[in-house]
Amino acid sequence: MTEPLVTLENLSIRFGERLVVDRVNLKVHRGDIITIIGPNGAGKTTLIKAVLGIQKASGGRISLSKSLVIGYVPQHLALEATLPLSVKRFMLLSGRPLPDCESALSRTGVRHLLHASVHHLSGGEKQRLLLARALARKPDLLVLDEPAQGVDINGQASLYDLIRELRDDLNCGVIMISHDLHLVMAATDKVICLNQHVCCSGYPADISHDPAFIETFGRPVAESLAVYHHHHNHAHDLHGDVVAGGQQGIPSGHEGCDHAHH
Amino acid sequence: MPIIDAVLDDFFWRALIGGLGVALVAGPLGCFVVWRRMAYFGDTLAHSALLGIALSFLFSVPLNVGVIMICVVLATVLVLLSRTRALATDTLLGILAHSALAIGLVTLSFMPDVRVDLTGLLFGDLLAMRREDLLWIYGGAVLILCLLAVLWRGLLMSTIHEELARVEGIPVERLRLVLMLMFSLVIAVAMKIVGVLLITALLIIPAATARRLAHNPEFMVAMAVVFGFIAVTGGLSLSWYLDTPAGPSVVVTAFVSFLLVYGAAGKART
Repeated sequence: MTEPLVTLENLSIRFGERLVVDRVNLKVHRGDIITIIGPNGAGKTTLIKAVLGIQKASGGRISLSKSLVIGYVPQHLALEATLPLSVKRFMLLSGRPLPDCESALSRTGVRHLLHASVHHLSGGEKQRLLLARALARKPDLLVLDEPAQGVDINGQASLYDLIRELRDDLNCGVIMISHDLHLVMAATDKVICLNQHVCCSGYPADISHDPAFIETFGRPVAESLAVYHHHHNHAHDLHGDVVAGGQQGIPSGHEGCDHAHH
Repeated sequence: MPIIDAVLDDFFWRALIGGLGVALVAGPLGCFVVWRRMAYFGDTLAHSALLGIALSFLFSVPLNVGVIMICVVLATVLVLLSRTRALATDTLLGILAHSALAIGLVTLSFMPDVRVDLTGLLFGDLLAMRREDLLWIYGGAVLILCLLAVLWRGLLMSTIHEELARVEGIPVERLRLVLMLMFSLVIAVAMKIVGVLLITALLIIPAATARRLAHNPEFMVAMAVVFGFIAVTGGLSLSWYLDTPAGPSVVVTAFVSFLLVYGAAGKART
């Protein structure tokens, strides 16, 4: 397997006394789409900020591959009303030439808004603009913080489809945070359920059976997600790694949590 | 050159040239004050300028140097204190602004042999504009405009989205510091024109007026400079013909153009 883009080893982050991220291990390779889910205050945003290099780790290690270009799609673009800004100007501020900016806008389907004011965009258009902005940098790794926020249901599905296509085009890695469990389960390679520590992680189909997942999100959610179960000819352990023999042991109690502690 | 000498010998022209020089930098910096919601911050720095003056007398250094030093110290203290988040930023600013002003006044009262024109400091005293002040103003203006030109993309990007800017490798913290230093410099030189109590007005009113007409940041900056020029020229003319105090007249002119632009734009909409 190729060199991972990002490796987190026992990453911990504290705010004062409060442990927000607890010994998280994670590897992201080219072509991976990894989605982080978890309840509010679970440390999801803090975790990706550490990957982005804008949040200091209190313990553990973050290693990024050499000359890694990260495209970041923040949760919001809350532009001050007093700051006039067109889509074109915003794209050009990335420092990339106009043709690159335009093709990135075309890729995310908002090329026609080139001359519009950023203030006049809808929630969905803003997300696509932010995505285009990240693309213009030709990233090796895309990091998205709730990319589908403020986007209607149809828009959400097509946005996740788009992210998958972009992964294929750019052969980049993707880390995203999401609350849209159904869509995540359908669109993702690997899900990490975070609640300070990694509760459980694995392929979408398996994770909804994980007791740690059920405990975090409740049985109704987990059962409704099982709809997205598809059959594999192999099984995975809690890391999402393929387990030889094809027989997955049924994890008991807090086993899902335990693996994060060694 | 005799013509230049004649112009510079006339206090009205000195005041006008000085005022235009300040408006030249107050435009772009004022835009950042408005974009970054730093109006109260600017006020706090301006208020502390008086303390800077008192300290300059105490240590017998040039007034401008004293003011810049104290502004820099205060700006640094503010940035550090606001990180601890023990108090809301506006509370913190309120405390520091008025304490600095009060300490400045108290310190000045301990120096009876120093004759200070307090009204001049608080509201500006264009009559006292000397050639040497013009040198400060234009030296500062050139420095600030060069810095702005070089750092423009980074400054704008960190104003639009700080985290995005950081991820893209823009040194956000360092730029914030540079911006603070530029504010300190402009306050030190603008004090002569409008006085410490009205400096913020000269920063934000032209910028706010320009916002109504601008569709991109650079045009807003250019328009802010134009409205600054109008304010300075109009205010000084008002002062010349009607014998009104110059500093407040500049601010009144700025305010009137603000009302006119917003009134006209409002009408155009309906």
